[in-house]
Amino acid sequence: MTVAVNPSQTGEPVFYLADEHPHPEGYSTSLGFWIYLMSDCLIFAMLFAAFGVLGANYAAGPAPKDLFELPLVAVNTSMLLLSSITYGFAMLTMQQNKIAQTQMWLAITGLFGLAFIGIELSEFAHMIHEGATPQRSAFLSSFFTLVGTHGLHVSCGLIWLVTLMVQVWKFGLIEANRRRLMCLSMFWHFLDVVWIGVFTFVYLLGVLR
Amino acid sequence: MSTDTHAAHADDHHHDDGHAHSTFSGYMLGFVLSVVLTAIPFWLVMSGALPSKQITALVIMAFAVVQIVVHMIYFLHMSPKSENGWSMMALIFTIVMVVIALSGSLWVMNHLNSNMMPMHEMTGMK
Repeated sequence: MTVAVNPSQTGEPVFYLADEHPHPEGYSTSLGFWIYLMSDCLIFAMLFAAFGVLGANYAAGPAPKDLFELPLVAVNTSMLLLSSITYGFAMLTMQQNKIAQTQMWLAITGLFGLAFIGIELSEFAHMIHEGATPQRSAFLSSFFTLVGTHGLHVSCGLIWLVTLMVQVWKFGLIEANRRRLMCLSMFWHFLDVVWIGVFTFVYLLGVLR
Repeated sequence: MSTDTHAAHADDHHHDDGHAHSTFSGYMLGFVLSVVLTAIPFWLVMSGALPSKQITALVIMAFAVVQIVVHMIYFLHMSPKSENGWSMMALIFTIVMVVIALSGSLWVMNHLNSNMMPMHEMTGMK
């Protein structure tokens, strides 16, 4: 702790603390991570706004009704929802210090996330094969940007998940790893929240239009 | 009374490590609610159970809002007390920004379309 001296007019030195008092490591990580998530939320809000403005401009191309298969979207939604609850179980077993079970639930979460990405990519591939590419219309540009950005986030989450599984395997459930797992938990559940917006506003309202 | 404040303090302290409400029953309740809140909108749209599209749209949007709140509470463990209220402040700020940006964009862009001079008038103006 540094103490700075500031000579006052009377010649008597005035002391004050120049440093903040120390915080334990990771003290404000979860708040900081929450603020990151909120900024991420703004990115998605802008993409939703773009989709809301452009979502009906089909340029005589395919409309949501011709492209979206709701049963597939329902399966995809359940994959993400299931991965959310299994991540919750991973957090619960982590709190009980059960490393093997934590790893197992993390692996199951990863598999559900992988299934989600796989279904989404096959849906994209099917659409592109039918000529519904991002270049086709403003609706498709904004659709691929919004849903693709979400998919990219989930893919990053999967990489993060595997990284943390290796960390836990090598170092166990140390304090730092618990903190990291908690951040990923927030990230993962946040992506599920964004997906609620996607399946409601893009898929369900799109088919309804 | 003193036990009450004690409990509140213990709670406050617990909030600092961020996973205060993580209980099995909490996660399960959140999960069941989410499944129900997801299944009903899908069913409404796929079966066309409601007579009007406008009503269906409003209902599924209401379901989405409720499900987002459920996720916030049961999965993200949001509470006014977490991080001494700072995460709630960040959330409220974000919601305000999102509402302004979304409603503003949609409103302005829709009016831009309707205020645009029709094509046939434009050609006549030369």
